[in-house]
Amino acid sequence: MTPADVETVYETLALQLDAVDAEKRELFLAKLALLLAHDVGDAAQACRRIHEAAEDLDV
Amino acid sequence: MRPAGRAETESLYFRYPHFDPPADRASLTVHRPVAIVGAGPVGMVAALGLAREGIRSVLFDAKATFNDGSRAICVARQSYRILDRLGVLAPFLGKSLGWTTGRSFYRGRQILEFHMPDGPDEKYRPMYNLEQQYIEQFLWDAIAREPLIDARWQSAVTAVADTGDGVRVSVRDPLGAYDLTADWCLAADGARSAVRTMRGKRLKGENYEGRYVIADLKMAHDYPTIRRALFDPDCRRGGTILVHKQPDDIWRIDYQLRDGEDEAEAIREENVRASVAAVLQELGYDGAWDLEWWSIYSANTLALDDYRDGRVFFIGDSAHIVPIFGVRGLNNGIADADNIAWKLARVLKGAAGAALLDSYSPERRGATLDVFANASKSARFMTPPTAGWQLMRDAALNLSLRHAWAGELANPRQMTPYTYVDSPIVAPDDPTFGAGAAPGAVLPEARVGDGFLSDRLGPGFTLITTDAGLAGALDRPDLTVVALAPETDAARTLEMGPNSAYLVRPDTHIAARWRVATAAAVRDALDLAAGGVPE
Repeated sequence: MTPADVETVYETLALQLDAVDAEKRELFLAKLALLLAHDVGDAAQACRRIHEAAEDLDV
Repeated sequence: MRPAGRAETESLYFRYPHFDPPADRASLTVHRPVAIVGAGPVGMVAALGLAREGIRSVLFDAKATFNDGSRAICVARQSYRILDRLGVLAPFLGKSLGWTTGRSFYRGRQILEFHMPDGPDEKYRPMYNLEQQYIEQFLWDAIAREPLIDARWQSAVTAVADTGDGVRVSVRDPLGAYDLTADWCLAADGARSAVRTMRGKRLKGENYEGRYVIADLKMAHDYPTIRRALFDPDCRRGGTILVHKQPDDIWRIDYQLRDGEDEAEAIREENVRASVAAVLQELGYDGAWDLEWWSIYSANTLALDDYRDGRVFFIGDSAHIVPIFGVRGLNNGIADADNIAWKLARVLKGAAGAALLDSYSPERRGATLDVFANASKSARFMTPPTAGWQLMRDAALNLSLRHAWAGELANPRQMTPYTYVDSPIVAPDDPTFGAGAAPGAVLPEARVGDGFLSDRLGPGFTLITTDAGLAGALDRPDLTVVALAPETDAARTLEMGPNSAYLVRPDTHIAARWRVATAAAVRDALDLAAGGVPE
């Protein structure tokens, strides 16, 4: 992924997060995580990213 | 519970028998080899299993009729194999509804259809639905014909004391109280086991959050025998509903209560009727229906640390309580009864060492813990216990509308019989085999001639071999040798070469297997499987 590609995804996700109802945001993100994990096709890698995403939440 | 105006056992489809206490009082105190407490399905299977081996038993039940509160309906393939070996299966096959398919729905849309393993190589379907009343009736009909079983109704066991070489059982019935001695006691007295309390034993484990109302109704609903699970349906947002067809136009509906929904209110008749009516509307049924019975339950995973207490063995719900989602309550109870019956019979006949009995608890408790692991998974999907489980469950269901792989998360994976991996009487596997059915597993079914492999099994241990010469070298009283031609379907299923063999136990679990078998190896495995040579 080029920096431009990452930016495209970043923007699309921001716009979609604003487009879904606030109370559906969690559900939306959980669906997205499962979908992308399925695309990655590597359970161990997906689980590593799940743990990684939980780091620094309180910084 | 039953609708107002109907007596406790006044069923729409089943006539409960009435049993008197024993009239012949002269022989009540005669010593028996085995005393069985509880004449539910598990106690009855144990009594029939012992009788099949020629062992006499006395069977006590405190009630005057069959169970009304316990309502198992799903009988698994392995239980039918056990009932077949007991020679009691015919009425079950005649009445029950076999099934292979389940469908799951999310907000009214089907997201999954699963099929349990089945095919022409299988003698029985993976699952059969039959009301517990019929299960008990058919077992009872066989017991009533069996002179080796002394069944005593309205007979409450009030004490089970150790005598050193047996137990003293104290019994009270409406005509009096008496003691009798037995060599062994089987506690088959259910989830609220009195024997368990008397022996100071406690179930340990977890209770789950989800509470379900369970209701049986009678209706002429035109839908095949397919288990349906409704997730988050319109009629019960946030809840789960299970629908099962039973014989006699009886339907089982389990519906989950919402958090904070009051139990006492939920089980009032008018509320049950309203909830059931809403479910029926969701199912698209608008015909007449009649309410048969209802109750309430929550999922538990509870078990004893040890299923044996000296001369007392706990079998069925007295030893373990499992969530309904894995349909393993009754089925594991039947397997418990089958397991202890063949072992106890051989020890009583002097054909096996007493150490054989030490294998009961590790084998059957292992099966329970396996159910816990699987059923806990199902329970977490059916009734998510926390916000995290709830969110992921909802995400999976929502994704399943467009992605079949997400719907697979709703597959309950109804379990296959447990493999006795840590049993002291199961031999290590021969590493030259591939995957297949390892020692400890149930013997796979296969076609043999016009019938099935399971039809060929003997009454005790069976050696299935492709080496015709082995039969002559093995002359053991409790062993039947079944010769299979190499290159047949059955031999291929078992990955057998020209000199292979499987040693199969009386409960159809594999005791040992060899790619290249010798008579000496078979003899050693037989001694191991029988708990050593008798003292």
